[in-house]
Amino acid sequence: MAALDELEREYARAKRDKKFQARLTELLTTYAGRPTPLFFARRLTQKLGGAKIYLKREDLLHTGAHKINNCLGQGLLVERMGKHRVIAETGAGQHGVATATVCALMGFECVVYMGTEDMRRQELNVFRMRLLGAEVRGVSSGSCTLKDAINEAMRDWVTNVRTTHYLLGSVLGAHPYPTMVRDFHRVIGREARAQILKAEGKLPAAIIACVGGGSNAIGIFYDFLNDKKVRLIGVEAGGRGEKLGEHAARFRGGSPGVLQGTYSYVLQDSGGQIALTHSVSAGLDYPSIGPEHAALRDSGRAEYVPASDAEALAAVTLLARTEGIIPALESAHAVAEVVKRAPRMKKSEIVVVNVSGRGDKDIGIMRENLRID
Amino acid sequence: MPLAFHKKPALVVYVTCGDPDLATTREIVLAAIAAGADVIELGVPFSDPVADGPVIQRASERALKHGTSLAQVLTLAAEVREHAQSTGLIIFSYLNPILRMGMEKFCKVARAAGVDGTLVTDLPVEEAGEYLRAMRAHDLAPVFLAAPTSPDERLRRIAEVSRGFVYAVSRTGVTGQRQQLADDARKLVKRLRRVTKLPIALGFGISTAEQFAEVSEFADGVVVGSAIVETVERNRGREAAAVGELVGKLLAVNSQPAAVAR
Repeated sequence: MAALDELEREYARAKRDKKFQARLTELLTTYAGRPTPLFFARRLTQKLGGAKIYLKREDLLHTGAHKINNCLGQGLLVERMGKHRVIAETGAGQHGVATATVCALMGFECVVYMGTEDMRRQELNVFRMRLLGAEVRGVSSGSCTLKDAINEAMRDWVTNVRTTHYLLGSVLGAHPYPTMVRDFHRVIGREARAQILKAEGKLPAAIIACVGGGSNAIGIFYDFLNDKKVRLIGVEAGGRGEKLGEHAARFRGGSPGVLQGTYSYVLQDSGGQIALTHSVSAGLDYPSIGPEHAALRDSGRAEYVPASDAEALAAVTLLARTEGIIPALESAHAVAEVVKRAPRMKKSEIVVVNVSGRGDKDIGIMRENLRID
Repeated sequence: MPLAFHKKPALVVYVTCGDPDLATTREIVLAAIAAGADVIELGVPFSDPVADGPVIQRASERALKHGTSLAQVLTLAAEVREHAQSTGLIIFSYLNPILRMGMEKFCKVARAAGVDGTLVTDLPVEEAGEYLRAMRAHDLAPVFLAAPTSPDERLRRIAEVSRGFVYAVSRTGVTGQRQQLADDARKLVKRLRRVTKLPIALGFGISTAEQFAEVSEFADGVVVGSAIVETVERNRGREAAAVGELVGKLLAVNSQPAAVAR
C-alpha cells in the first residue's frame, strides 16, 4: 500500500509538471513515432460495402504496439522516484518488449514475468526482450498465461518494493494504475479525434477496439466519452466456445469480483475461484477487465461484444489482403467486429478501428492456424 | 473470547484447508491444538494466491483440484469448534471467495460455526469499510496485516480497527520460510506497540524452534504457516502426527531458554 501511495503522489505531481509532460511528449514524438496516422481503408471499405472505415495505426509505433505510450510515461516516473529496478508482466509480449525497450533507453534493470504457455506462443518476443537486456522469467502456475505472470510480478513487487517499480501494462491492478495507464494512452483518442475531424469534418459513428485488460480501448475511447453519438465498442476474446474456460469474454460469462486488486467483472466459478481462459491471442487471454470498462458497460456508454478465434484469424487474412496490413491477433478481434458491423451501417457513416499492434509477433501462430494457398 | 492469547508467546498455526483433503485437515488441526497451538488459521485455498510463496501455492493447487470451497472450510470450522472450545479460530482467505458467497452470508455462517475472526489477505484496511461493518455486526474480529513498509499513519489505522490481535509481517514479501529474521520485524513490532494495546503476532518466514524463541522475546504471538504446510506436503499418510510433532518442537525449545542462548 505504501508503494501505491507513493506512486499516486508522484504521478499526481508529474501530471501537473510541465517539464515532465514536455519530456514525455518529446519521447513520444522523437522516439516512439507519434502521432500515428489515421488511415482510410479504401479497399476494406469497398469490400464490406457499408460504413467508411478508418484505421488508427498504433501498430506503426516503435516496438510495434500502443504499449510504448504507457511504458515511456511510467519510465519517466521511475526516474523521478529514484528507483532503478523495473518489473513487468506480459501476455503477448508486447508490453514486455515495450518495457524492456524503455529500460534499455533509461538504464534500468528489467525483469519480465511471462507465462510459459505465452513464452511458447510468443517466442519471438521472448528473444526480443532478452536481446534488449531484460531477464524473462517463465511462470508455470495456473494457466501459465498473463494472469499468472501478474501474480508473480506482484509477489516480486511486495518483496522488493523499496527498490523496484512495477510497470503494470494495462488498466488493471490497484489504484492508481487503471487511471494512470489510461492517461498515458489517452493520446490515441486525442489524436484520432482531431484527425477524423480534419479528414471528414465530422465525428465517427463508432469506434472499435479490442479489450484484454483494456488499455488500447480506454485510450482511444476516452476523448470521445462526451461525444454521446459516437458508439464505443470493445471486443473481447470469444475464444473457441461459450463454456467457462473456452473464452475470455468477461461481460458474457463473468460476474463482479476481485482479482489482483481490482473490483471488476471476473470469470469465476460458483465458489469464487478464478476461471481459466482461452484465446488464440495471448494479449486478450485474461479473466478480468479494467474497472473503467466495467463502469462504462454498466452505464451503457460503451458496449462489449466477443469475436471468436476463427473470426479474428479470418480478419487477419482479410486486412492483410485488402490493405497490406498484418494486424496483431489482439487487434484482429477489433477488425473482426468491423467486418460484421460495417456492412449494416450507412455509407455516410464512419467507423474507426484501433489497430493496436502489428502482427509480426504472431506469425508463428498464424502459420499454425491459417491455410495459406 | 478464544482469540485471546493464553500464553506468551502464543502459537498461531496456519493450514491450507483441503490439502490433501478436508478430513485430514481436520486431523491436522486437532493435532496442532492438542500439541499446544493457541489459534488456528483455516486457510481457504484460492486460485490466485498473490500473497503466498511456492509452498502455500502448491498446497492451494492441490486443495482446489478436488474442489475445496469456502463453504466447506466453514463446515470444517464448526467441526473443529465442537472439539476445541478455547482455541481461537480464524478464517484466512482472499477476498473473492467471500464476495462470491456474499459478505453478510459469510459473516453469519462463520459466526454460527464458532469462528472468532477473519483475515482477508488482499483487502487493505483503506478499502475495508463494508467488511468492517459486517464483521462488527456479527461480532467477528477483523485481523489485518501490518507490513514493515507501512507508515505510522497506516499502522494506527490498522490498530484502530483490528480486534483480537495485530498480525505483523516480519518482512516485505510473500509467505515462506527464511533463514534469518530481518531487523524489520523487531522495528515493526516496536512501532506497533506505540499505537496499540492489542497483542501482536509476528508471521511470515518463521519455521524453526530457534526463530520461534527469538521472536518470543519481542512479540506476543508467532504465526507459523509455510513450515506447517510443508510438513503436510512431506509427510503423506501421517500429516497430523507430523504437524503435532512440529508444534511440540516449536513450543519445547521456548520452554528451555538455555537451549537458545547461543
